[in-house]
Amino acid sequence: MPSFLFWLFAGVMLIFGALVIINRNPIASALSLVVCFLGLAALFMSLDAFFIGIIQVLVYAGAVMVLFLFIIMLLDLRAEERRTMNWVAFTGGFVVAVSLLVQILAVISRTQMAKQTFPPLASPQTDDVRNVGLLLFGHYNLPFQVIGVLILVATVGVIVLSKRQLR
Amino acid sequence: MNPTTFFIFTTLLKIVGIVFVVILPMVSYAVYAERKVSALIQDRLGPNRVGPAGLFQPIADAMKFLLKEDFTPAHVNKFYYWLAPCLAMVPAITTIAVVPFGSTLFGVPMVIADINVGVLFVFAIASLGVYGIVIGGWASNSKYPFLGGVRSTSQMISYELSLGLAVIPIFLLIGNLRLTEVVQYQIDHGWMIVPFAGDWRNPLAWLLAIPMWISFAVFAIAVFAETNRLPFDLPEAETELVGGYHTEYSSMKFALFFLGEYAAMITGSAIIVTLFLGGWHFPGIPDGSHGWIFGLINIFVFFAKIVVLLFIFIWVRFTLPRFRYDQLMRLGWVFFFEIALVNIFCVAAILAFHAPPFPKHGLQADESDHGIPGGKMGPAVA
Repeated sequence: MPSFLFWLFAGVMLIFGALVIINRNPIASALSLVVCFLGLAALFMSLDAFFIGIIQVLVYAGAVMVLFLFIIMLLDLRAEERRTMNWVAFTGGFVVAVSLLVQILAVISRTQMAKQTFPPLASPQTDDVRNVGLLLFGHYNLPFQVIGVLILVATVGVIVLSKRQLR
Repeated sequence: MNPTTFFIFTTLLKIVGIVFVVILPMVSYAVYAERKVSALIQDRLGPNRVGPAGLFQPIADAMKFLLKEDFTPAHVNKFYYWLAPCLAMVPAITTIAVVPFGSTLFGVPMVIADINVGVLFVFAIASLGVYGIVIGGWASNSKYPFLGGVRSTSQMISYELSLGLAVIPIFLLIGNLRLTEVVQYQIDHGWMIVPFAGDWRNPLAWLLAIPMWISFAVFAIAVFAETNRLPFDLPEAETELVGGYHTEYSSMKFALFFLGEYAAMITGSAIIVTLFLGGWHFPGIPDGSHGWIFGLINIFVFFAKIVVLLFIFIWVRFTLPRFRYDQLMRLGWVFFFEIALVNIFCVAAILAFHAPPFPKHGLQADESDHGIPGGKMGPAVA
Protein backbone atom coordinates (compact mmCIF):
# COMPACT_ATOMS: atom_id res chain seq x y z
CA MET A 1 0.00 0.00 0.00
CA PRO A 2 1.26 3.49 -0.68
CA SER A 3 2.30 4.75 2.75
CA PHE A 4 0.69 8.17 2.31
CA LEU A 5 -2.68 6.40 2.17
CA PHE A 6 -1.91 4.72 5.47
CA TRP A 7 -1.05 8.07 7.08
CA LEU A 8 -4.10 9.69 5.51
CA PHE A 9 -6.55 7.12 6.87
CA ALA A 10 -4.75 6.77 10.19
CA GLY A 11 -4.89 10.56 10.55
CA VAL A 12 -8.59 10.60 9.67
CA MET A 13 -9.21 7.92 12.29
CA LEU A 14 -7.29 9.77 14.99
CA ILE A 15 -8.91 13.14 14.30
CA PHE A 16 -12.43 11.78 14.22
CA GLY A 17 -11.76 9.46 17.15
CA ALA A 18 -10.79 12.52 19.16
CA LEU A 19 -13.87 14.37 17.90
CA VAL A 20 -16.06 11.58 19.28
CA ILE A 21 -15.13 12.59 22.81
CA ILE A 22 -14.56 16.31 22.22
CA ASN A 23 -17.96 17.03 20.66
CA ARG A 24 -20.64 18.03 23.16
CA ASN A 25 -23.42 17.18 20.72
CA PRO A 26 -24.11 13.39 20.81
CA ILE A 27 -25.19 13.36 17.15
CA ALA A 28 -21.89 14.91 16.11
CA SER A 29 -20.05 12.36 18.26
CA ALA A 30 -21.90 9.47 16.66
CA LEU A 31 -21.21 10.76 13.15
CA SER A 32 -17.53 11.23 13.98
CA LEU A 33 -17.46 7.60 15.08
CA VAL A 34 -18.94 6.62 11.72
CA VAL A 35 -16.14 8.45 9.88
CA CYS A 36 -13.65 6.78 12.23
CA PHE A 37 -15.06 3.37 11.26
CA LEU A 38 -14.83 4.25 7.59
CA GLY A 39 -11.14 5.09 8.07
CA LEU A 40 -10.62 1.75 9.80
CA ALA A 41 -12.36 -0.04 6.93
CA ALA A 42 -10.06 1.73 4.47
CA LEU A 43 -7.04 0.55 6.46
CA PHE A 44 -8.29 -3.04 6.34
CA MET A 45 -8.85 -2.78 2.61
CA SER A 46 -5.38 -1.40 2.02
CA LEU A 47 -4.12 -4.63 3.62
CA ASP A 48 -6.12 -6.54 0.95
CA ALA A 49 -8.59 -7.69 3.63
CA PHE A 50 -11.60 -6.58 1.59
CA PHE A 51 -14.03 -8.81 3.42
CA ILE A 52 -13.17 -7.50 6.89
CA GLY A 53 -13.17 -3.93 5.58
CA ILE A 54 -16.58 -4.27 3.97
CA ILE A 55 -18.05 -6.00 7.01
CA GLN A 56 -16.69 -3.13 9.10
CA VAL A 57 -18.70 -0.68 7.00
CA LEU A 58 -21.76 -2.91 6.70
CA VAL A 59 -22.09 -3.86 10.36
CA TYR A 60 -20.63 -0.95 12.30
CA ALA A 61 -21.14 2.09 10.08
CA GLY A 62 -24.28 0.81 8.36
CA ALA A 63 -26.20 -0.94 11.13
CA VAL A 64 -24.87 -0.39 14.65
CA MET A 65 -24.29 3.35 14.29
CA VAL A 66 -27.64 3.87 12.57
CA LEU A 67 -29.30 2.30 15.61
CA PHE A 68 -27.19 4.48 17.92
CA LEU A 69 -28.22 7.57 15.99
CA PHE A 70 -31.81 6.43 16.08
CA ILE A 71 -31.75 6.20 19.87
CA ILE A 72 -29.80 9.44 20.37
CA MET A 73 -32.34 11.35 18.29
CA LEU A 74 -35.11 10.31 20.63
CA LEU A 75 -33.27 11.75 23.64
CA ASP A 76 -33.26 15.33 24.84
CA LEU A 77 -30.04 16.72 23.43
CA ARG A 78 -30.30 20.14 25.05
CA ALA A 79 -29.54 18.67 28.48
CA GLU A 80 -26.40 17.04 27.12
CA GLU A 81 -25.18 20.23 25.45
CA ARG A 82 -25.66 22.32 28.60
CA ARG A 83 -23.58 19.96 30.69
CA THR A 84 -20.27 21.52 31.73
CA MET A 85 -17.00 19.66 31.82
CA ASN A 86 -16.33 17.60 34.91
CA TRP A 87 -12.65 18.34 35.67
CA VAL A 88 -12.21 15.42 38.06
CA ALA A 89 -13.46 12.95 35.49
CA PHE A 90 -11.37 14.66 32.81
CA THR A 91 -8.13 14.37 34.80
CA GLY A 92 -8.90 10.79 35.81
CA GLY A 93 -9.61 9.78 32.21
CA PHE A 94 -6.49 11.58 31.02
CA VAL A 95 -4.26 9.80 33.55
CA VAL A 96 -5.72 6.37 32.69
CA ALA A 97 -5.31 6.97 28.94
CA VAL A 98 -1.73 8.21 29.27
CA SER A 99 -0.70 5.35 31.54
CA LEU A 100 -2.22 2.85 29.11
CA LEU A 101 -0.31 4.49 26.24
CA VAL A 102 2.97 4.39 28.22
CA GLN A 103 2.38 0.75 29.04
CA ILE A 104 1.72 -0.22 25.44
CA LEU A 105 4.76 1.70 24.23
CA ALA A 106 6.94 0.04 26.87
CA VAL A 107 5.77 -3.44 25.85
CA ILE A 108 6.16 -2.76 22.14
CA SER A 109 9.65 -1.29 22.49
CA ARG A 110 10.84 -4.44 24.26
CA THR A 111 9.26 -7.06 21.98
CA GLN A 112 11.39 -8.31 19.09
CA MET A 113 8.29 -9.07 17.02
CA ALA A 114 7.35 -5.40 16.81
CA LYS A 115 10.65 -4.60 15.07
CA GLN A 116 10.41 -6.99 12.14
CA THR A 117 8.55 -6.32 8.91
CA PHE A 118 5.85 -8.81 8.12
CA PRO A 119 5.54 -10.27 4.65
CA PRO A 120 2.32 -9.46 2.73
CA LEU A 121 -0.54 -11.42 4.29
CA ALA A 122 -1.91 -13.01 1.14
CA SER A 123 -2.13 -12.38 -2.55
CA PRO A 124 -4.91 -9.97 -3.55
CA GLN A 125 -6.47 -12.77 -5.59
CA THR A 126 -7.37 -14.81 -2.50
CA ASP A 127 -11.06 -15.34 -2.00
CA ASP A 128 -11.09 -14.19 1.62
CA VAL A 129 -14.86 -14.58 2.06
CA ARG A 130 -14.46 -18.25 1.21
CA ASN A 131 -11.48 -18.74 3.52
CA VAL A 132 -13.19 -17.02 6.44
CA GLY A 133 -16.28 -19.14 5.85
CA LEU A 134 -14.37 -22.42 5.66
CA LEU A 135 -12.42 -21.63 8.80
CA LEU A 136 -15.50 -20.47 10.70
CA PHE A 137 -17.74 -23.41 9.76
CA GLY A 138 -14.96 -25.98 9.67
CA HIS A 139 -12.28 -25.52 12.26
CA TYR A 140 -14.13 -23.16 14.60
CA ASN A 141 -17.56 -24.69 14.12
CA LEU A 142 -18.29 -25.45 17.79
CA PRO A 143 -17.25 -22.03 19.20
CA PHE A 144 -19.25 -20.43 16.40
CA GLN A 145 -22.39 -22.37 17.31
CA VAL A 146 -21.85 -21.56 21.00
CA ILE A 147 -21.63 -17.84 20.20
CA GLY A 148 -24.81 -18.21 18.16
CA VAL A 149 -26.65 -19.66 21.14
CA LEU A 150 -25.20 -16.95 23.38
CA ILE A 151 -26.56 -14.23 21.11
CA LEU A 152 -29.93 -15.97 20.97
CA VAL A 153 -30.05 -16.01 24.78
CA ALA A 154 -29.25 -12.28 24.86
CA THR A 155 -32.00 -11.58 22.30
CA VAL A 156 -34.58 -13.57 24.24
CA GLY A 157 -33.46 -11.81 27.43
CA VAL A 158 -33.97 -8.38 25.87
CA ILE A 159 -37.45 -9.31 24.71
CA VAL A 160 -38.41 -10.71 28.13
CA LEU A 161 -37.15 -7.58 29.92
CA SER A 162 -38.92 -5.15 27.59
CA LYS A 163 -42.17 -7.10 27.69
CA ARG A 164 -42.13 -7.17 31.50
CA GLN A 165 -42.09 -3.40 31.53
CA LEU A 166 -45.10 -3.29 29.23
CA ARG A 167 -47.11 -5.51 31.55
CA MET B 1 1.41 3.59 -22.39
CA ASN B 2 2.34 1.42 -19.41
CA PRO B 3 -0.33 -0.80 -17.80
CA THR B 4 -0.80 1.34 -14.67
CA THR B 5 -1.37 4.55 -16.61
CA PHE B 6 -3.66 2.69 -18.98
CA PHE B 7 -5.60 1.25 -16.05
CA ILE B 8 -5.99 4.64 -14.35
CA PHE B 9 -6.96 6.26 -17.63
CA THR B 10 -9.60 3.67 -18.57
CA THR B 11 -11.00 3.63 -15.02
CA LEU B 12 -11.39 7.40 -15.00
CA LEU B 13 -12.99 7.20 -18.42
CA LYS B 14 -15.43 4.54 -17.19
CA ILE B 15 -16.32 6.55 -14.08
CA VAL B 16 -16.94 9.74 -16.03
CA GLY B 17 -18.76 7.85 -18.79
CA ILE B 18 -21.05 5.87 -16.54
CA VAL B 19 -21.84 8.59 -13.98
CA PHE B 20 -22.03 11.74 -16.10
CA VAL B 21 -22.99 10.39 -19.50
CA VAL B 22 -25.35 7.58 -18.49
CA ILE B 23 -26.57 7.67 -14.87
CA LEU B 24 -27.16 11.39 -14.30
CA PRO B 25 -29.06 11.99 -17.58
CA MET B 26 -30.95 8.79 -16.85
CA VAL B 27 -31.87 10.18 -13.42
CA SER B 28 -33.27 13.40 -14.86
CA TYR B 29 -35.12 11.56 -17.61
CA ALA B 30 -36.46 9.08 -15.04
CA VAL B 31 -38.28 12.06 -13.51
CA TYR B 32 -39.66 12.93 -16.94
CA ALA B 33 -40.63 9.29 -17.51
CA GLU B 34 -42.33 9.21 -14.12
CA ARG B 35 -44.47 12.21 -15.07
CA LYS B 36 -45.23 10.91 -18.56
CA VAL B 37 -46.11 7.37 -17.44
CA SER B 38 -48.21 8.63 -14.55
CA ALA B 39 -50.04 10.86 -17.02
CA LEU B 40 -50.59 7.85 -19.27
CA ILE B 41 -51.93 5.77 -16.37
CA GLN B 42 -54.18 8.55 -15.08
CA ASP B 43 -55.34 9.50 -18.59
CA ARG B 44 -53.71 12.94 -18.60
CA LEU B 45 -51.23 14.58 -20.98
CA GLY B 46 -48.23 15.10 -18.73
CA PRO B 47 -45.44 17.60 -19.47
CA ASN B 48 -45.73 18.67 -23.12
CA ARG B 49 -44.74 22.37 -23.25
CA VAL B 50 -40.93 22.43 -23.33
CA GLY B 51 -39.62 20.97 -26.57
CA PRO B 52 -41.25 18.20 -28.65
CA ALA B 53 -43.50 16.09 -26.36
CA GLY B 54 -42.02 17.92 -23.39
CA LEU B 55 -38.62 16.26 -23.90
CA PHE B 56 -36.66 19.28 -22.67
CA GLN B 57 -38.65 19.44 -19.44
CA PRO B 58 -35.78 18.01 -17.29
CA ILE B 59 -33.47 20.78 -18.53
CA ALA B 60 -36.05 23.41 -17.65
CA ASP B 61 -36.50 21.82 -14.23
CA ALA B 62 -32.76 21.80 -13.62
CA MET B 63 -32.54 25.50 -14.55
CA LYS B 64 -35.37 26.22 -12.15
CA PHE B 65 -33.69 24.38 -9.30
CA LEU B 66 -30.37 26.11 -9.93
CA LEU B 67 -31.79 29.62 -10.22
CA LYS B 68 -34.13 29.45 -7.24
CA GLU B 69 -33.03 31.10 -4.02
CA ASP B 70 -31.04 28.65 -1.89
CA PHE B 71 -32.90 29.33 1.32
CA THR B 72 -31.68 28.06 4.70
CA PRO B 73 -34.33 28.37 7.41
CA ALA B 74 -33.17 30.06 10.63
CA HIS B 75 -34.10 27.20 12.98
CA VAL B 76 -32.01 24.47 11.35
CA ASN B 77 -28.71 22.99 12.40
CA LYS B 78 -26.69 24.59 9.58
CA PHE B 79 -23.74 22.22 9.08
CA TYR B 80 -25.80 19.03 9.09
CA TYR B 81 -28.54 20.70 7.07
CA TRP B 82 -26.00 21.25 4.29
CA LEU B 83 -24.34 17.87 4.69
CA ALA B 84 -27.49 15.77 4.40
CA PRO B 85 -28.33 16.26 0.68
CA CYS B 86 -24.77 15.31 -0.30
CA LEU B 87 -24.96 12.18 1.83
CA ALA B 88 -28.22 11.27 0.15
CA MET B 89 -26.79 11.45 -3.37
CA VAL B 90 -23.28 9.97 -3.00
CA PRO B 91 -24.00 6.37 -1.83
CA ALA B 92 -26.61 5.90 -4.52
CA ILE B 93 -24.07 6.63 -7.25
CA THR B 94 -21.09 4.91 -5.56
CA THR B 95 -22.89 1.57 -5.61
CA ILE B 96 -22.64 1.40 -9.39
CA ALA B 97 -18.83 1.01 -9.10
CA VAL B 98 -18.94 -2.77 -8.70
CA VAL B 99 -21.77 -3.51 -11.14
CA PRO B 100 -20.64 -4.98 -14.48
CA PHE B 101 -22.56 -2.87 -16.99
CA GLY B 102 -21.17 -4.58 -20.09
CA SER B 103 -18.84 -7.34 -21.22
CA THR B 104 -15.69 -5.85 -22.71
CA LEU B 105 -15.11 -2.94 -25.05
CA PHE B 106 -11.79 -2.99 -26.96
CA GLY B 107 -10.59 -5.59 -24.42
CA VAL B 108 -11.34 -3.37 -21.42
CA PRO B 109 -13.75 -5.00 -18.94
CA MET B 110 -16.86 -2.87 -18.53
CA VAL B 111 -16.90 -2.72 -14.74
CA ILE B 112 -15.29 0.03 -12.69
CA ALA B 113 -14.03 -2.07 -9.77
CA ASP B 114 -14.22 -5.86 -9.98
CA ILE B 115 -13.68 -6.69 -6.29
CA ASN B 116 -14.12 -10.11 -4.73
CA VAL B 117 -16.75 -8.97 -2.20
CA GLY B 118 -18.94 -7.42 -4.92
CA VAL B 119 -22.42 -7.68 -3.50
CA LEU B 120 -21.33 -6.99 0.08
CA PHE B 121 -19.86 -3.71 -1.14
CA VAL B 122 -23.26 -2.86 -2.60
CA PHE B 123 -25.02 -3.57 0.70
CA ALA B 124 -22.40 -1.72 2.73
CA ILE B 125 -22.61 1.45 0.64
CA ALA B 126 -26.39 1.26 0.34
CA SER B 127 -26.65 1.00 4.13
CA LEU B 128 -24.82 4.34 4.38
CA GLY B 129 -27.59 5.93 2.30
CA VAL B 130 -29.79 6.12 5.37
CA TYR B 131 -27.53 8.76 6.95
CA GLY B 132 -28.50 11.42 4.40
CA ILE B 133 -32.18 11.01 5.21
CA VAL B 134 -31.72 10.70 8.97
CA ILE B 135 -29.45 13.73 9.25
CA GLY B 136 -31.71 15.71 6.91
CA GLY B 137 -34.69 14.92 9.09
CA TRP B 138 -32.88 15.69 12.32
CA ALA B 139 -31.05 18.85 11.21
CA SER B 140 -34.27 20.42 9.93
CA ASN B 141 -35.25 20.75 13.57
CA SER B 142 -38.95 20.49 12.93
CA LYS B 143 -41.39 17.71 13.69
CA TYR B 144 -42.51 16.43 10.29
CA PRO B 145 -39.03 15.99 8.83
CA PHE B 146 -37.96 14.40 12.09
CA LEU B 147 -40.78 11.85 11.97
CA GLY B 148 -39.89 11.14 8.34
CA GLY B 149 -36.25 10.60 9.27
CA VAL B 150 -37.09 8.25 12.13
CA ARG B 151 -39.48 6.25 9.98
CA SER B 152 -36.93 5.97 7.24
CA THR B 153 -34.26 4.67 9.63
CA SER B 154 -36.39 1.87 10.99
CA GLN B 155 -37.74 1.03 7.54
CA MET B 156 -34.31 0.79 5.94
CA ILE B 157 -32.86 -1.29 8.78
CA SER B 158 -35.81 -3.68 8.64
CA TYR B 159 -35.71 -4.21 4.91
CA GLU B 160 -31.94 -4.48 4.70
CA LEU B 161 -32.31 -7.84 6.45
CA SER B 162 -34.66 -9.26 3.83
CA LEU B 163 -32.49 -7.71 1.12
CA GLY B 164 -29.40 -9.47 2.40
CA LEU B 165 -31.11 -12.80 3.07
CA ALA B 166 -32.82 -12.85 -0.33
CA VAL B 167 -29.54 -12.94 -2.24
CA ILE B 168 -27.93 -15.72 -0.19
CA PRO B 169 -29.55 -18.49 -2.33
CA ILE B 170 -27.80 -17.05 -5.38
CA PHE B 171 -24.44 -17.20 -3.73
CA LEU B 172 -25.10 -20.68 -2.38
CA LEU B 173 -25.57 -21.67 -5.99
CA ILE B 174 -22.61 -19.80 -7.45
CA GLY B 175 -20.14 -19.92 -4.57
CA ASN B 176 -18.66 -16.52 -5.40
CA LEU B 177 -19.55 -12.96 -4.43
CA ARG B 178 -17.85 -11.34 -7.41
CA LEU B 179 -20.55 -9.76 -9.57
CA THR B 180 -18.76 -10.50 -12.86
CA GLU B 181 -18.79 -14.18 -11.83
CA VAL B 182 -22.49 -13.94 -11.10
CA VAL B 183 -23.10 -12.68 -14.63
CA GLN B 184 -20.77 -15.31 -16.13
CA TYR B 185 -22.62 -18.06 -14.25
CA GLN B 186 -25.92 -16.80 -15.61
CA ILE B 187 -24.53 -16.80 -19.15
CA ASP B 188 -23.42 -20.43 -18.78
CA HIS B 189 -26.40 -21.81 -16.85
CA GLY B 190 -29.33 -19.54 -17.60
CA TRP B 191 -30.52 -16.42 -15.79
CA MET B 192 -31.30 -16.72 -12.10
CA ILE B 193 -35.04 -16.49 -12.66
CA VAL B 194 -34.79 -19.41 -15.16
CA PRO B 195 -32.11 -21.62 -13.53
CA PHE B 196 -33.22 -24.59 -15.64
CA ALA B 197 -32.25 -22.94 -18.93
CA GLY B 198 -28.80 -24.49 -19.02
CA ASP B 199 -29.93 -27.95 -17.93
CA TRP B 200 -33.35 -28.77 -19.34
CA ARG B 201 -33.52 -32.43 -18.40
CA ASN B 202 -32.72 -32.07 -14.71
CA PRO B 203 -35.89 -31.95 -12.55
CA LEU B 204 -33.92 -30.48 -9.62
CA ALA B 205 -32.94 -27.52 -11.76
CA TRP B 206 -36.64 -26.92 -12.37
CA LEU B 207 -37.28 -27.27 -8.65
CA LEU B 208 -34.61 -24.64 -8.03
CA ALA B 209 -36.65 -22.13 -10.02
CA ILE B 210 -39.23 -21.87 -7.21
CA PRO B 211 -36.86 -20.55 -4.48
CA MET B 212 -35.19 -18.31 -7.07
CA TRP B 213 -38.53 -16.68 -7.91
CA ILE B 214 -39.23 -16.22 -4.20
CA SER B 215 -35.79 -14.67 -3.80
CA PHE B 216 -36.42 -12.41 -6.76
CA ALA B 217 -39.78 -11.28 -5.41
CA VAL B 218 -38.48 -10.62 -1.89
CA PHE B 219 -35.42 -8.80 -3.20
CA ALA B 220 -37.38 -6.64 -5.63
CA ILE B 221 -39.94 -5.67 -2.98
CA ALA B 222 -37.19 -4.93 -0.46
CA VAL B 223 -35.55 -2.66 -3.04
CA PHE B 224 -38.83 -0.76 -3.29
CA ALA B 225 -38.74 -0.29 0.49
CA GLU B 226 -35.05 0.63 0.54
CA THR B 227 -35.52 3.32 -2.09
CA ASN B 228 -38.57 4.74 -0.26
CA ARG B 229 -40.81 4.20 -3.24
CA LEU B 230 -44.54 3.79 -3.10
CA PRO B 231 -46.17 1.57 -1.77
CA PHE B 232 -43.50 1.97 0.94
CA ASP B 233 -42.86 5.72 0.84
CA LEU B 234 -43.87 6.26 4.47
CA PRO B 235 -40.86 8.53 5.22
CA GLU B 236 -42.31 11.14 2.86
CA ALA B 237 -46.00 10.36 3.01
CA GLU B 238 -47.49 13.67 1.85
CA THR B 239 -50.85 13.18 3.47
CA GLU B 240 -49.45 12.84 6.98
CA LEU B 241 -45.92 14.28 6.98
CA VAL B 242 -46.13 17.21 4.46
CA GLY B 243 -42.95 16.31 2.56
CA GLY B 244 -41.29 14.04 5.09
CA TYR B 245 -37.57 14.45 5.68
CA HIS B 246 -37.12 17.08 2.96
CA THR B 247 -39.96 19.37 4.03
CA GLU B 248 -37.55 22.16 5.03
CA TYR B 249 -35.40 21.91 1.91
CA SER B 250 -35.69 24.01 -1.20
CA SER B 251 -33.98 24.61 -4.56
CA MET B 252 -30.87 22.55 -5.35
CA LYS B 253 -30.65 20.91 -1.92
CA PHE B 254 -34.17 19.55 -2.38
CA ALA B 255 -33.22 18.50 -5.90
CA LEU B 256 -30.30 16.46 -4.55
CA PHE B 257 -32.65 14.52 -2.25
CA PHE B 258 -35.11 14.08 -5.08
CA LEU B 259 -32.52 12.98 -7.62
CA GLY B 260 -30.79 10.81 -5.01
CA GLU B 261 -34.00 8.83 -4.75
CA TYR B 262 -34.05 8.26 -8.49
CA ALA B 263 -30.33 7.41 -8.54
CA ALA B 264 -31.00 4.84 -5.81
CA MET B 265 -33.80 3.47 -7.97
CA ILE B 266 -31.49 3.11 -10.95
CA THR B 267 -28.70 1.44 -8.98
CA GLY B 268 -31.27 -0.81 -7.28
CA SER B 269 -32.54 -1.86 -10.70
CA ALA B 270 -28.94 -2.39 -11.82
CA ILE B 271 -28.39 -4.78 -8.90
CA ILE B 272 -31.62 -6.66 -9.64
CA VAL B 273 -30.59 -6.97 -13.30
CA THR B 274 -27.11 -8.20 -12.38
CA LEU B 275 -28.23 -10.71 -9.79
CA PHE B 276 -31.39 -12.12 -11.33
CA LEU B 277 -31.82 -11.04 -14.94
CA GLY B 278 -28.50 -12.02 -16.48
CA GLY B 279 -26.74 -8.65 -16.33
CA TRP B 280 -25.63 -7.55 -19.80
CA HIS B 281 -26.38 -10.95 -21.31
CA PHE B 282 -29.13 -11.53 -23.83
CA PRO B 283 -29.62 -14.92 -25.52
CA GLY B 284 -27.96 -15.00 -28.93
CA ILE B 285 -25.82 -11.89 -28.53
CA PRO B 286 -22.09 -12.69 -28.16
CA ASP B 287 -19.86 -10.75 -25.76
CA GLY B 288 -17.45 -7.93 -26.54
CA SER B 289 -14.55 -10.22 -27.53
CA HIS B 290 -16.30 -10.78 -30.88
CA GLY B 291 -16.08 -7.12 -31.88
CA TRP B 292 -16.64 -3.72 -30.32
CA ILE B 293 -20.11 -3.47 -31.77
CA PHE B 294 -21.21 -6.40 -29.60
CA GLY B 295 -19.55 -4.74 -26.61
CA LEU B 296 -21.73 -1.69 -27.21
CA ILE B 297 -24.82 -3.84 -27.70
CA ASN B 298 -24.12 -5.57 -24.36
CA ILE B 299 -24.00 -2.21 -22.57
CA PHE B 300 -27.20 -1.22 -24.34
CA VAL B 301 -28.91 -4.47 -23.27
CA PHE B 302 -27.93 -3.85 -19.65
CA PHE B 303 -29.42 -0.35 -19.60
CA ALA B 304 -32.47 -1.49 -21.56
CA LYS B 305 -33.20 -3.99 -18.78
CA ILE B 306 -32.81 -1.21 -16.21
CA VAL B 307 -35.27 0.96 -18.13
CA VAL B 308 -37.82 -1.86 -18.12
CA LEU B 309 -37.44 -2.18 -14.34
CA LEU B 310 -37.76 1.59 -13.91
CA PHE B 311 -41.00 1.43 -15.85
CA ILE B 312 -42.24 -1.23 -13.40
CA PHE B 313 -41.18 1.00 -10.47
CA ILE B 314 -43.29 3.83 -11.88
CA TRP B 315 -46.14 1.54 -12.82
CA VAL B 316 -46.32 0.20 -9.25
CA ARG B 317 -46.23 3.70 -7.81
CA PHE B 318 -49.33 4.74 -9.69
CA THR B 319 -51.18 1.47 -9.19
CA LEU B 320 -50.86 0.45 -5.54
CA PRO B 321 -52.01 2.43 -2.49
CA ARG B 322 -49.61 3.22 0.35
CA PHE B 323 -49.13 0.78 3.22
CA ARG B 324 -49.84 1.80 6.79
CA TYR B 325 -46.71 2.05 8.91
CA ASP B 326 -47.41 -0.93 11.20
CA GLN B 327 -48.33 -3.02 8.14
CA LEU B 328 -45.02 -2.11 6.57
CA MET B 329 -43.07 -3.19 9.64
CA ARG B 330 -45.06 -6.40 10.05
CA LEU B 331 -44.55 -7.24 6.38
CA GLY B 332 -40.81 -6.76 6.73
CA TRP B 333 -40.20 -8.56 10.01
CA VAL B 334 -42.92 -11.21 10.15
CA PHE B 335 -43.34 -12.10 6.50
CA PHE B 336 -40.32 -11.34 4.30
CA PHE B 337 -37.68 -12.09 6.90
CA GLU B 338 -39.06 -15.58 7.55
CA ILE B 339 -39.78 -16.35 3.93
CA ALA B 340 -36.21 -15.42 2.96
CA LEU B 341 -34.81 -17.55 5.78
CA VAL B 342 -36.87 -20.62 4.82
CA ASN B 343 -35.89 -20.01 1.22
CA ILE B 344 -32.21 -20.32 2.10
CA PHE B 345 -32.85 -23.70 3.73
CA CYS B 346 -34.79 -24.89 0.68
CA VAL B 347 -31.98 -23.94 -1.71
CA ALA B 348 -29.39 -25.55 0.55
CA ALA B 349 -31.47 -28.73 0.65
CA ILE B 350 -31.84 -28.80 -3.14
CA LEU B 351 -28.13 -28.16 -3.61
CA ALA B 352 -27.24 -30.95 -1.20
CA PHE B 353 -28.77 -33.43 -3.65
CA HIS B 354 -27.70 -31.62 -6.70
CA ALA B 355 -24.21 -30.17 -6.53
CA PRO B 356 -22.33 -31.49 -9.60
CA PRO B 357 -23.86 -29.69 -12.61
CA PHE B 358 -24.51 -26.38 -10.86
CA PRO B 359 -21.60 -24.98 -8.89
CA LYS B 360 -19.16 -25.20 -11.76
CA HIS B 361 -17.75 -21.77 -11.13
CA GLY B 362 -16.60 -20.99 -7.66
CA LEU B 363 -16.56 -24.37 -5.98
CA GLN B 364 -14.45 -26.45 -8.31
CA ALA B 365 -11.54 -24.14 -8.90
CA ASP B 366 -10.24 -23.61 -5.41
CA GLU B 367 -10.49 -27.17 -4.15
CA SER B 368 -6.70 -27.26 -4.19
CA ASP B 369 -5.71 -23.93 -2.65
CA HIS B 370 -6.57 -24.79 0.92
CA GLY B 371 -6.25 -28.06 2.70
CA ILE B 372 -9.42 -27.87 4.78
CA PRO B 373 -11.45 -31.00 4.04
CA GLY B 374 -15.18 -31.22 4.46
CA GLY B 375 -15.62 -27.59 3.51
CA LYS B 376 -17.78 -28.50 0.58
CA MET B 377 -21.38 -29.51 0.97
CA GLY B 378 -21.15 -32.91 2.58
CA PRO B 379 -23.60 -35.16 0.70
CA ALA B 380 -22.56 -33.80 -2.68
CA VAL B 381 -19.03 -35.13 -2.34
CA ALA B 382 -20.10 -38.63 -1.40
